[in-house]
Amino acid sequence: MSEGMIKITVIDREDQSHELEAPTDMNMNIMELCKAYDLPVEGTCGGMALCSTCHCYIQTDHELNKATEDEEDMLDQAFFVEDNSRLGCQLKLKDELDGLVIKLAPV
Amino acid sequence: MKETDILIIGAGPVGLFTVFEAGLLKLKCHLIDALPQPGGQLTEIYPKKPIYDIPGYPSVLAGELVDHLMEQIKPFDPQFTLGERAEVIEKNEAGEFILTTNRGTKIKAKVIAIAGGLGCFEPRKPPIENITDYEDKGVEYIIKDPEFYRGKKVVIAGGGDSALDWTIFLADLVEELTLVHRRTEFRGALDSVEKVMELAEKGKINLVTEAQVVGLGGEGKIETVSIKHKTEGVANINTDHFIPLFGLSPKLGPIGEWGLNINKNAIEVNTLDYSTSVEGIYAIGDINTYPGKLKLILCGFHEGTLMVQSAFKHIYPDKKLSFKYTTVTGVTGFEKENA
Repeated sequence: MSEGMIKITVIDREDQSHELEAPTDMNMNIMELCKAYDLPVEGTCGGMALCSTCHCYIQTDHELNKATEDEEDMLDQAFFVEDNSRLGCQLKLKDELDGLVIKLAPV
Repeated sequence: MKETDILIIGAGPVGLFTVFEAGLLKLKCHLIDALPQPGGQLTEIYPKKPIYDIPGYPSVLAGELVDHLMEQIKPFDPQFTLGERAEVIEKNEAGEFILTTNRGTKIKAKVIAIAGGLGCFEPRKPPIENITDYEDKGVEYIIKDPEFYRGKKVVIAGGGDSALDWTIFLADLVEELTLVHRRTEFRGALDSVEKVMELAEKGKINLVTEAQVVGLGGEGKIETVSIKHKTEGVANINTDHFIPLFGLSPKLGPIGEWGLNINKNAIEVNTLDYSTSVEGIYAIGDINTYPGKLKLILCGFHEGTLMVQSAFKHIYPDKKLSFKYTTVTGVTGFEKENA
């Protein structure tokens, strides 16, 4: 593993698993990472936690930053919300997330 | 029928600023938007968010930017058709466009500029299998007339301001009201949250939290909803209406059916003048795509500015256009059309 790179696994809506090399030094989040790899994530609002098109489920027990009130508010307007639901745009890529597995929520 | 030079579809920041640039060339504009107010996403989604990359403004709230744009274009007397969705575009023998909205309003224009951003904002529909079967048969996504619900049994789903406000408003009007929400906290304004809690304590409404509506039933119209609680399983309750209030989300909508070249939900344009594959129709702002495209308000302003130059040549092929700075000529507005 090179410096400043982590591995994130994204399971798409067809249950295909994609292991992605993710840079931690570019101030990117999970939504942007998915878009960069052309995975089917819209990211309509550009990362303001205002659209829920990057809704995903956290499949591993990584310690994540707690969802802000804005994120919870947006999840209220999303569907198929579960206890492990998060908005990808609110999860910054950092070393601690190495090995994280997420699953894209249905649209 | 209403007539104009440039019919702008979408009254977001880019559509609004285009009125100004068109006005400098003495071209009149009419704007149409599915939302009831101008400003597009800026007003609908993030009016209180600061924007930092508008030249000349170190920081400006999205809602304020819209107010400033409205003031800036006022001399050019733009006409608005709001709360109506652009549905069909036809061309007449004279080569003019006639646009019809979903409510039957017709507008004639020499040029069309699509500044539709992400598309039209439409209510989010919960992913309940048979929900479309019950639309207008007890399922409503928007409350048009509260009187419609007098004496009825109503289930509202959602946790935002509109779910709370309508719950409070309808509580006295309806026979029975149930509010279903995903978690125990609400994101609405504090006093509405308190009022809803009070109504629930007094037994005036039935508040079901940590739950969602998962099914609908009934013969020909809605009769029951199935509510799945996080821990207590599924329960059916009788109702006359189900009103899911989960905000709005953008959909490309009819724009996709106008014969334009579409690439990943965006309209392909020529960067020379932001013209589409149909002569006389242009696309500017977030709705268009071209190599190197950036979805920025400031780029949309540039696109609209170049676009109106081309529109002028399309409308007046024989007229010469001389470029003038506003510092030289100032801004000469139009006479008000319907003062």
